[in-house]
Amino acid sequence: MADPVVTSHHARAPEAAPGDVVRVTIDGRVVEASPGQFLIAVAEQAGTFIPRFCYHPRMKPVGMCRMCLVEVAGPRGATLQPACYLPVTDGMEVVTTSDKVRKAQDGVLEFLLVNHPLDCPVCDKGGECPLQDQVLSYGPGESRFVEEKRHWAKPTPISDLVLLDRERCIQCGRCVRFAAEVSGEAEIDFAGRGDQVEVAIFEKQPFSSYFSGNTVQICPVGALTATPYRFTARPWDVEQVESTCTTCALGCRVAVQSSANRFTRMLGVDSDPVNQSWLCDKGRFASASASSPDRLTEPLVREDSGELRPATWEHALSTVARRLAAARDEHGAASIGLIGGARLTNEDAYAWCRLAKGVLGTDSVDCQLGDGLPAELVLGLPRATLDDARTAKVVVVVSGDVRDELPVLFLRLRQAVVDGGTRLVELGSVPGSLGTLDVAVGHRAGDAPAVARALAARGACPAGVDPVQWGEALSALSVAGEDGAGVVVLVGRPSLAEHSSVAAATARVLAGAWPAARFLPVLRRGNVFGALDMGLAPGLLPGRVTLDAGRDWFSAAWGQVPARSGLDCAGMLGAATDGTLAALVLVGADPLGDFPDRGLADQALEQAPFVVAVDGFLSPSAARADVVLPVPLAHERSGTTTNVEGRVTRVAQKLVAPGQSWPDWVVAVELAARLGCDLPYSSVSDLWDEIEQLSSAHRGLTRSVLDSLAQRDGVLVPLAGTPVVLSRRPPAPIDPIATPGIESVERQGAPLRAGLAEPLGGSDDEAVVAAAAAAVRGERAEVTAGRGEPAEAGPQVGPEPLRAGAGGPETAAAGAPAAPAGSPGALEGQAAEGQAAAPSAEGSPPERHQRPAMLRALPEAPVPALPPTDGYGLRLVARRTLYDDGVAVDVNEHLASLVPPLQARFHPADLAPSAGPERSLRIRLRSRRGVVTVDALADPSVARGTVVVPFNVGGDGAEGGAARLIGADDVVVDVRMETVAP
Amino acid sequence: MSHLSDDTMDRARQLVELYPHPRSALVPLCHLAQEQDGWLTPEAIAEIAELVGVSPAEVHGTASFYDMLHTEPVGRYVVAVCTNIACMLRGAYELLEHVEQRLGTGVGGTSPDGLFTVEDAECLADCGRAPCVAVNHRFFGDVTAQRFDALVDDLVAGRLDDEVPPHGTLIRVRRHGGLRVGADQVAAERRAMAERAAAAKAAEAAEAEAEAAAAKDAAAEEAAKDAAAAADGADEAHGADEADEADDVRPADGGS
Ligand code: SF4
Ligand code: SF4
Ligand code: FES
Ligand code: FES
Repeated sequence: MADPVVTSHHARAPEAAPGDVVRVTIDGRVVEASPGQFLIAVAEQAGTFIPRFCYHPRMKPVGMCRMCLVEVAGPRGATLQPACYLPVTDGMEVVTTSDKVRKAQDGVLEFLLVNHPLDCPVCDKGGECPLQDQVLSYGPGESRFVEEKRHWAKPTPISDLVLLDRERCIQCGRCVRFAAEVSGEAEIDFAGRGDQVEVAIFEKQPFSSYFSGNTVQICPVGALTATPYRFTARPWDVEQVESTCTTCALGCRVAVQSSANRFTRMLGVDSDPVNQSWLCDKGRFASASASSPDRLTEPLVREDSGELRPATWEHALSTVARRLAAARDEHGAASIGLIGGARLTNEDAYAWCRLAKGVLGTDSVDCQLGDGLPAELVLGLPRATLDDARTAKVVVVVSGDVRDELPVLFLRLRQAVVDGGTRLVELGSVPGSLGTLDVAVGHRAGDAPAVARALAARGACPAGVDPVQWGEALSALSVAGEDGAGVVVLVGRPSLAEHSSVAAATARVLAGAWPAARFLPVLRRGNVFGALDMGLAPGLLPGRVTLDAGRDWFSAAWGQVPARSGLDCAGMLGAATDGTLAALVLVGADPLGDFPDRGLADQALEQAPFVVAVDGFLSPSAARADVVLPVPLAHERSGTTTNVEGRVTRVAQKLVAPGQSWPDWVVAVELAARLGCDLPYSSVSDLWDEIEQLSSAHRGLTRSVLDSLAQRDGVLVPLAGTPVVLSRRPPAPIDPIATPGIESVERQGAPLRAGLAEPLGGSDDEAVVAAAAAAVRGERAEVTAGRGEPAEAGPQVGPEPLRAGAGGPETAAAGAPAAPAGSPGALEGQAAEGQAAAPSAEGSPPERHQRPAMLRALPEAPVPALPPTDGYGLRLVARRTLYDDGVAVDVNEHLASLVPPLQARFHPADLAPSAGPERSLRIRLRSRRGVVTVDALADPSVARGTVVVPFNVGGDGAEGGAARLIGADDVVVDVRMETVAP
Repeated sequence: MSHLSDDTMDRARQLVELYPHPRSALVPLCHLAQEQDGWLTPEAIAEIAELVGVSPAEVHGTASFYDMLHTEPVGRYVVAVCTNIACMLRGAYELLEHVEQRLGTGVGGTSPDGLFTVEDAECLADCGRAPCVAVNHRFFGDVTAQRFDALVDDLVAGRLDDEVPPHGTLIRVRRHGGLRVGADQVAAERRAMAERAAAAKAAEAAEAEAEAAAAKDAAAEEAAKDAAAAADGADEAHGADEADEADDVRPADGGS
């Protein structure tokens, strides 16, 4: 458990029974509130703004700045009390505008300005500064102080990303409280006393938090500025749009700001169910990579000389179409493979899925690169929401370090463990950031299924596990039900040197033993969950249905679907090396960096006869392709994305992609056309409409629902079969002092609004929600209000499957193109009790029949047998880190330096024969697959017999790093250590 | 290898155990580390953070709040010249000027020979002998320029080594038996407290009874006297306990 210290300066609100109501009189008006709410928030909800600096709605109040003083009647008359620190009580009488209050505000502001440099003209915060704004609104107008102000060297770096100007600091404590309270890394604190108080780091340890950018966002003055944003814009110069971060799969709500088509910055929007205003530094700052000069701006085609040369789109596309058609005709559709798609929006992913499965006819499609979990398992596990995880009795973690994989999820769970009484048990061979908060059970890599089985059975301590830790784990679990009620399991890949079947077996064991538990798969790629929902995995079709379940429905809509399940990423790369893969399409995928087996990836790209890369950068893999097609990246496209819990939110375009980039879905449509099949999409909205029409998971989620303000935080899918989880209340407006940058830009005339490509001006009427609810039930309901549209669209919005008759040979062979899809013959068998409109050809009345059932059953996942360790005594654990050699970090001048070095960590006892405990030394790690030279480091937290190496972190001369040691089929990887002659 | 010596570490661990929350030992540990090095080195700060389970930034932040903890190197002797009202009226500013000249450095600085660091201080609670100077928290009163020069000469020559230990040393004689108060000692103290309380209560009750009876009953008077006597006895016992605890050496009462 966390340190039970209660820092006494936090106001504690009295416990309140739900439903209790207290009445408070604020400036003569009676307001209802629940007991325990702080006065400042109650007043704000009632429309009375009380000025403040130190108060932040997502942190505990401290009552430090005294800006929020108001008069509260008490037994000894009215006294001035800080509204941020005062829980409301019944009958409380408050005055916020009396002369006494005004005098207090004057005084506080006059004192705050005693030492403030007032260098607003050269301050990043100028124009969006809560100090500026509140001095103007509540200040005395002039100062009586004429003395010299304090001076300090400025700015001083407190991290690689954040600069501190101590002269501007008003000591509100927001930044130091964020560090200690929210991120749990108190690496900044106040130092000094009196007028010499400063925010300071310890000289030997910079503020190296993954979350440092949040302090810049919440600093109410310009004391903390972000190195990448410094001096780039003024609030009145920028435009903004609300969007979703797609750097990882958490999907934090963000405001994206730009000036003259130049990305300036990203700020966190407070989304209650997701990020509660916080962002990680990678998400916040990596977007700038899009404006890197390394971006691809035109299509490239490899010439006979072997060089990649700029080409026209026409040339590039027809080359691709010709080669893909040839591969299909000569070797069959199954000889074409597609890897990637997690970078895409849902709409893009759907278009690519249709191209691969409906037009080309291959099922060898995988949006994961051997670094995730089996797709059917991900979709079959009962999914938890982030709120489920936050309020769980026990969270069990069997994944990589959540702080590195889904950073803001770490913040939410940390809060649950530290403040909320959630217990947490982590299994793994090296403790992660979450495990160190409560119970971390160490075990040897590969043993997770056995340990999980023992844990679920609350059995005896398994071999190789510390009995004390085991006891703690069991006692933590005792608050959960026998059947796993109250348990949320985070399941991912604790090590990329461990085959995904180990993680799958672990999840399967826990799901079997705990039928009431819920799961969050820790997969980190941007829209990997959306890509899976759109069918970008072998054996799946859009809407979380299997190939078999959806065959009839989608053949009717698309003309054809593949007959058999295809290969996953490892299978495709293997097929490339044995000559059975004729063409490989990489959609935003870089197997050389991300696939765990570098040797196989290398060989596959070497031997694949034809490789196309669709990407924004010339990644190492793209550089080896035959054709490279440039596409937009984050903030350069619009659509929707789906996060780890299945929440669909909007992604909005703010920037125009450089050069001749074409949106991914346009590339898919153009390729399909050249393969003889016209896909009927002319906008992102067309694609969404078809998804809503065809997908079992998205039925009812029309554009008007997605676009309505009340659903700004997104909608959880699948909708069918679950109670409609549509919000009826719009989220609270942007807080002007909590996230000043967003509100001020809005005030300057750039409203924060996200929309699909063609926003409908979303209606917030109940009718939209009602219509969506009806549609989910499979009923037809008209939206009567305003500019909404019918939830079940009429025929004119319906998809027009395979309009043209000029299908390629195989499609023609399938007999589909000429016949209008949805022909009664194909669907008759299912028409029994179905309700929803069938996909239909243009103009014909919609057929009524049932959408395919969503995947629910869990696939079998047998526990793989571990190989003998003969001669290779150390088990390798390859962990992903937040910053790695991925291209978004690599090209980013501010993030590239944050990539950790390639260091192998050992238990000191394993290293002792070769080195003193504190010396780092150069060693070679050798596995059956390869050799890598690394620096070795002793770390007592690593289990004996284990060596931990960061994944996709290069280091000098060791191209490929840990991936050189890993074989794609290895269940676990054992290595031995060899000394390097100095 | 830790930066703090084994002995310092031992004492540090004992101190940490004294408190229900390890972080409560932060300031005492800072003094311990300062006793070893004369100031709080970054290495010591990092180790203290580890010992009490907070971040080094928090240790640095706390330490920097207190004037008696130094986060920058200081000389072997930290000379604090009081400039508060009593001393000021008796020439503290002139004295401070002299000190700065004599030591070749200003307030906050360290003399070129690295031996002396100059500070100005608020009231040192030695106003009766104003103007007053503290060297490593040992007090010297009625200081004139000449006396200060003599004091410096004595310090440099090592003549005052017994009275003025190197900077950072708060006490030179420690309690026997470590820092912990034994459980039996606590139990004995609790017992004594309970007895005192009982006796006081009995006395009160007896007094009340006596008044209620409103009779000059000789027997009742006798009882009340007995009870009062018992209470006095308990008070004396307590006084003796306090005297036992005060076994630290008094700061040197210097002067020249
Ligand atoms: S740096 Fe900013 S956030 Fe931190 S205490 Fe100063 S004013 Fe507040
Ligand atoms: S946690 Fe993920 S979604 Fe949130 S800001 Fe970071 S990268 Fe973006
Ligand atoms: S004291 Fe209430 S906002 Fe600072
Ligand atoms: S004023 Fe100098 S010691 Fe009190």
